[in-house]
Amino acid sequence: MKRSIPLAIVITLGFLFVGYVFIPHKISTDFYEWYMEWIKAMSPFGVVLGIMSIVMTHSARIQHKVPNWQYSIVTLIAMFFTAYAGFAWGTQEGTPFMWLFKNVQMPMGATMFALLAFYIASASYKAFRARSAEATVLLLAAIIVMLGQVPVGVSMFGEGINDITHWILNVPNLASKRGIALGVGLGMVATSLRILLGIERTYLGGGE
Amino acid sequence: MFEMISNWVAAFLTLCIFSFLYKDNPFYKFAEYLFIGVTAGYTIPLTWEMAFIPYVYRPLFLQHKFILLIPAFIGILYIFTFNRKLNWLSRYPIAFGMGMVGMGVPLSMHASVLVQMRGAMIPIENINALLVFIGTITILLYFYFSKAHTGAYGKIVKVGIWYMMIGFGASFGYTVMARISLLIGRVQFLVADVLHIIK
Repeated sequence: MKRSIPLAIVITLGFLFVGYVFIPHKISTDFYEWYMEWIKAMSPFGVVLGIMSIVMTHSARIQHKVPNWQYSIVTLIAMFFTAYAGFAWGTQEGTPFMWLFKNVQMPMGATMFALLAFYIASASYKAFRARSAEATVLLLAAIIVMLGQVPVGVSMFGEGINDITHWILNVPNLASKRGIALGVGLGMVATSLRILLGIERTYLGGGE
Repeated sequence: MFEMISNWVAAFLTLCIFSFLYKDNPFYKFAEYLFIGVTAGYTIPLTWEMAFIPYVYRPLFLQHKFILLIPAFIGILYIFTFNRKLNWLSRYPIAFGMGMVGMGVPLSMHASVLVQMRGAMIPIENINALLVFIGTITILLYFYFSKAHTGAYGKIVKVGIWYMMIGFGASFGYTVMARISLLIGRVQFLVADVLHIIK
């Protein structure tokens, strides 16, 4: 019962959604609107789950004094203070909450992604060291596409680099993306069908 | 003065993150944990304002749609994930969300398969159209794992791999460009906004 009722909910709702897509009727539209209203009412509690998970993980780290447990205090204080700032002073422009977003969250997020520029460079180096024909093709395509996007590429190789870039993007890249999209699409359909028919049940978790 | 302090805080945290390029260190760790905390904290008031108030509080207490107590109650069951004895209750909100998968079957079939097939089924009037056709077919053959990639079939599949490598290369190039743009943005912030070396 603990597994079969949730499974029955998934299968029933799943087939109703298949019907919604194929049957343009008021009943199916009403069903969709009812579902969206209910799922939106459930959604805030998903965030509660995430916040509880962070609090429990970091509290346990502090409690058991695992290596680097002190940093968990930083996470918890930052999380509660940011949330408090949002509730106490609002989330509009010019509030401490937005100050935290603009001067703490945003710079760190952008820098985290900027760091990847260096690691991508080292990944390219490793790919070159592999010296396989495929790795070379990959890097050549990457270099041409990059040169085609920046003025220095045109000044070094002339307008021709733009034409080659466009050709790469519109011909082999298109074929590649199309082949992969077809594979991914068929995979998604297969996985969705497995869930819909109750074959795939891992989302229900372990236990009884 | 206030703007200067704000810039210095942002600059300090930016440098803390960049310090990871040398090696993992306490400054990076501090910034990393702070980032997680601030990001998590940021979602709480926003979820309250953008999800809880409009979709739960307002319909329930102002419009008196008491039927929404049911999904709210189902949503609360999420937190039983952490309870070993009652964690089966958290399957109900998950199951309710998973129901949407039914829509995924026809929509994935349409968006990812039929639209792509329609795009592929064009008259082969020039060499580029032929190359796209060959690429699509050979890549699809590559993903057919029921036949061993050996002999003549293996050679055909190899063409698909080359096409995919060019595609990955193009994506890689775009990713590098995006990351470099972010890096330029951060360096510009440090050099122009904080140190005022360039205008």
